[in-house]
Amino acid sequence: MTHMICGQQHIHAASTGHVERAIDANMVRTDGADEGCVTFVLHEEDHTLGNSLRYMIMKSLSRVVCFYSQDVEFCGYSITHPSESKINFRIQTRDGVAASEPLRSGLNNLTEVCKHVLHTFEARMQAFRDKEEPMS
Amino acid sequence: MAAPMSNVDEIRDRVILGEFGVRNVHTTDYPGNYPGYDDTWDLEKFKKNFRIDIVNSDENMLEFDMIGIDAAIANAFRRILLAEVPTMAIEKVFVYNNTSIIQDEILAHRLGLVPIKADPRLFEYRNPEDQEGTEIDTIQLQLKVKCTRNPRAPKDSSDPKELYLNHMVYSGDIKWLPIGNQADVFADAKIGPVHGDILLAQLRPGQELDIVMHCVKGIGKDHAKFSPVATASYRLLPEITLLQTIEGEQAERLKRCFSPGVIEIQNVNGRKVAKVVNSRLDTCSREVLRHDDLKSLVKLGRVRDHFICTFKNTG
Repeated sequence: MTHMICGQQHIHAASTGHVERAIDANMVRTDGADEGCVTFVLHEEDHTLGNSLRYMIMKSLSRVVCFYSQDVEFCGYSITHPSESKINFRIQTRDGVAASEPLRSGLNNLTEVCKHVLHTFEARMQAFRDKEEPMS
Repeated sequence: MAAPMSNVDEIRDRVILGEFGVRNVHTTDYPGNYPGYDDTWDLEKFKKNFRIDIVNSDENMLEFDMIGIDAAIANAFRRILLAEVPTMAIEKVFVYNNTSIIQDEILAHRLGLVPIKADPRLFEYRNPEDQEGTEIDTIQLQLKVKCTRNPRAPKDSSDPKELYLNHMVYSGDIKWLPIGNQADVFADAKIGPVHGDILLAQLRPGQELDIVMHCVKGIGKDHAKFSPVATASYRLLPEITLLQTIEGEQAERLKRCFSPGVIEIQNVNGRKVAKVVNSRLDTCSREVLRHDDLKSLVKLGRVRDHFICTFKNTG
């Protein structure tokens, strides 16, 4: 299924390509001097990246020793208007952690997940095809 | 009958289908939510738990299971398949002659939706300012059909199939015109429509179509004709737990509440006992919850991280 494999590669591209372009240009509305509360405006994105990135950031690692304290206090996204293809992605962090850090690690984690899914899928498709060959 | 899960595990791992609503829908296993569970993201733990099982794969459909992944990411894959995987489709239609009763724009719309067999990875996207199209980003196709009266038709027949020649224009009549070096590069790839039996127009004697088309690479976000999948869907694996032994006549009625093949009646010590054999086949219609005596004996749910994905492609 050539289209399936092409799709997985595209996830890799989509998760890094579009956002890398947007991130440098659109960090708006920092709350005063607190770098921990930031709304990122990501252009040409929608639920595809928004929801999966939100999930990865919420699951992100804590660097603090105390068990209940996580880096990220709040993470959410909203689509400003359905006719415009941009999302407002908000991150609020604890303990003065810069908000771009969980964003960066969330994106990296998402890329790793997609890579792993792609590898696993290709390996399984190959195994499936090899199993089918002698039968056909 | 599986051993009942602890309450917390159930909230974390199962979506419960109740009589009046669906519970535990959202993912809650974020770090800090459950004391005693370490939910922080760990790539190694994910790799260990993640599995893909291919169930069925043929040229039109792919069905496989993704286990151990969250809905957010599975949904992202589904959305990308529908909207962001490129294909080739007819974009520009140059109508040199169209004397059929199908209007130009209707015919152009229909042509755009015809799936084209060409590997989009071998082509580039066309530049927006480029009007002509080069060999690297365009496939040129031609449709040239003229309808005539059949001289050999029997005297008093009224069947169009006998009276006229070429009165139905199918997608199989579309021919590929190689540009530049495409004839060498794609010598063995038969570029053209995937299906040859899509009816595009009907003609009568004297009417003809003379059309040249340009195919370009695009994505589904731009226009649905560029979507490579007919449908990309997934569902969660259903799970049916019988809370007590169900025997005899009740077992028969229970079996009829679910899709065929889900519940089997087995003979245990001379009594007929119901057993769940294949919950995957169930469509989760919750019919069992309509029967007052059966609804408290059964627990319906779905496994939160087990996705049964079905992708049907257009060639």
